[in-house]
Amino acid sequence: MIDQITISALLDKYPFARTFLENNGVDPDGSGEQSLHDYFLSIDENTKEEMAIDPGHFISRLNEYISQMLSFLGETKSSVESLTILPGHYKTGEDERFSDLTIKKNEIISIVGPTGSGKSRLLGDIEWAARNDTPTGRTILINGKEPEKKWRYSSSEKLVAQLSQNMNFVMDLSVYEFLSLHAESRLITERESVIERILDQANLLAGESFSKDTPITSLSGGQSRALMIADTAILSKSPIILIDEIENAGIDRKKALNLLVSEGKIVLMATHDPILALMGDRRIVIKNGGIETIIETTEKEREILSQIEEMDKKIQSLRQRLRRGEVLTEV
Amino acid sequence: MNLVTVSGPPSVGKTSVILKTIESIKNRGLKVGVVKFDCLYTDDDILYEKAGIEVRKGLSGGLCPDHYFVSNIEEVVDWGIKHGFDLLISESAGLCNRCSPYINGINAVCVIDNLSGIGTPKKIGPMLKSADIVVITKGDIVSQAEREVFASRVHSVNPKAVILHVNGLTGQGSFELSTLLFSEDDHITSLKGKTLRFSMPSALCSYCLGETRIGESYQMGNVRKIDLGKEQ
Repeated sequence: MIDQITISALLDKYPFARTFLENNGVDPDGSGEQSLHDYFLSIDENTKEEMAIDPGHFISRLNEYISQMLSFLGETKSSVESLTILPGHYKTGEDERFSDLTIKKNEIISIVGPTGSGKSRLLGDIEWAARNDTPTGRTILINGKEPEKKWRYSSSEKLVAQLSQNMNFVMDLSVYEFLSLHAESRLITERESVIERILDQANLLAGESFSKDTPITSLSGGQSRALMIADTAILSKSPIILIDEIENAGIDRKKALNLLVSEGKIVLMATHDPILALMGDRRIVIKNGGIETIIETTEKEREILSQIEEMDKKIQSLRQRLRRGEVLTEV
Repeated sequence: MNLVTVSGPPSVGKTSVILKTIESIKNRGLKVGVVKFDCLYTDDDILYEKAGIEVRKGLSGGLCPDHYFVSNIEEVVDWGIKHGFDLLISESAGLCNRCSPYINGINAVCVIDNLSGIGTPKKIGPMLKSADIVVITKGDIVSQAEREVFASRVHSVNPKAVILHVNGLTGQGSFELSTLLFSEDDHITSLKGKTLRFSMPSALCSYCLGETRIGESYQMGNVRKIDLGKEQ
C-alpha cells in the first residue's frame, strides 16, 4: 500500500509523485521518513480541514495518478521484471562456463573487459533477444521465458536504450521543445508535468543548472549528459539501459544511476572506471568474446569504493580550486 | 539466387552497412555479389573489392540514376545467376528523394541516418515509404531521445517496415540485418514479368533532351509551374 511506505521510498519508486504531493499540500521533503498514513495521523483535524485533505480521497487519487502516470510513461512495471542470459560460447568456440545470469530490475550490473572483448556483442544479444541464433550462441530470456517477438521487430518497443559518452544533441530545438517532441512521440498526453519532472531531475544531476528555453545544442557536456539520462530514465520505454562509460565531467553519477534504478530500469554499464565498476551490484567480466565470470561486489570492495570516492572528491576539489585561479599549496 | 535492393540518400552509410552485413552472411557460407549504381562517380567498388566481394558498378551519367537502374537490373540479375551468387545486393542512391528502385516481390531496404533531421522521413517518398526494412544509421552519435523520435517518425510514414538500428562503423546491428536478407523461399531465376512498386518520376521535358536555354519559349513536354501566390 502506498500510504504505508515512507514518503521518501514512495518518491524513490515514483519520482513523479512529487508533483502530486506538492500540488496537494504535502511537503515531500518535510516529512520524508514518515508514511502518508502516519503523516495524516500526525496532523490535527483543523489543519486537515484548512488544507482540504481527506486522507482516504487523497490516497485514492494518488493511486489513480500513479497508475495513469505509469501508463503514460509506458512503464506498466509488469513488463520486464528480469533478464536472463544463458551461456553460449567464446570466439574460439569453447563453451562459456557460467550457468546462467539473471538480472532483476532495479539492479546495476557493470561490464568490464578489454576493448574489443565482446561487450557490444553482449549488448547486441540482449537487444536482439538472442535465441541461440547469434554468433555467440547465447539465449536471452525475459521474465524467465522466451521473449515476445515484438522485442525484435517493433519500432517503438526496443529492449535496450543506450547512453554513451559520444552522444550529442543534433536537433535545433530548445530543451522544452525537445522534451515535448519526445513526449509526443511516446503519445504522452499530460506532457507538462513529465517535462517539468525531467527538467528538475536533469538539473539535480548537472553541476550547472539550465532552463527549459536553453537550446539543446548549446548545453555543456555535463548538462547534455544530465538531460539525456533524465530523459531516458523518465521518457524512454526501454526497460534496459546500457551505459557506455559516463565520465565524471560535471555530472553526479551516483544520482544518475539512482534515478535510472528508481524508474525500474535494469542498468548495464560498460566501464573502465573503478568507481562506476564497483557501484554495480555485480560485474560481468568479458574476455575473448565470452562471459568469463560474474563477480558479486564484496563488502571489502564497497569499503574500497568509499575510499576511492574520497580520493575522487579530493581531485574534484583540486580541479575546482585551479578553476577559481588558486595556487595549490597542499593536497 | 536472392536479390535485395538497397537504397538511401547519399552519405548515409549504405556501403558501410552492406559491407558489415556481408561479413555475417559470408559466415553462413553464402556467396554474395554487389552491384553499385551511382550517378557521376563512385569508388565504393574498390571498398567491396578490398573486402573480397565480387562487384560491378554502373554510372548513369546524364540519365536519371533510377531510370538507369531499372533499365539494367534484369541483365544484372542474369550476371549474378551466372556467377553462382546466393545473394545479390544492388546499392543505389536515391538522389531526388522521390525515386525508389524497389521491385514487387524483391526484398527492399532503405537506409537513412539520424543526422538528417526529424523532418526527413516526411520528405522522402516511396524509397522510404515502400521499403520492407528501414535501416537507421549513425545512432551512436545522437541522443537516445532523438533516436526514438526519429524511429517513431519513420514508423509513422512506413508502419509496415521492420526498423533496425545499424552502426556502420562497429557493425552493431549488422548481424541482425543479415538474418533478414536471405531466405531459401526468396530465390529468383529472372526478373521477367516483375514490376516496380512505384512508378519513377515522370519526365520528358525539353531539358531532359538537352535544352540549356532558360525561358518559357524553350519549354516543351511535361512542364509544371511553381505557385508563387497571386500578385495584386
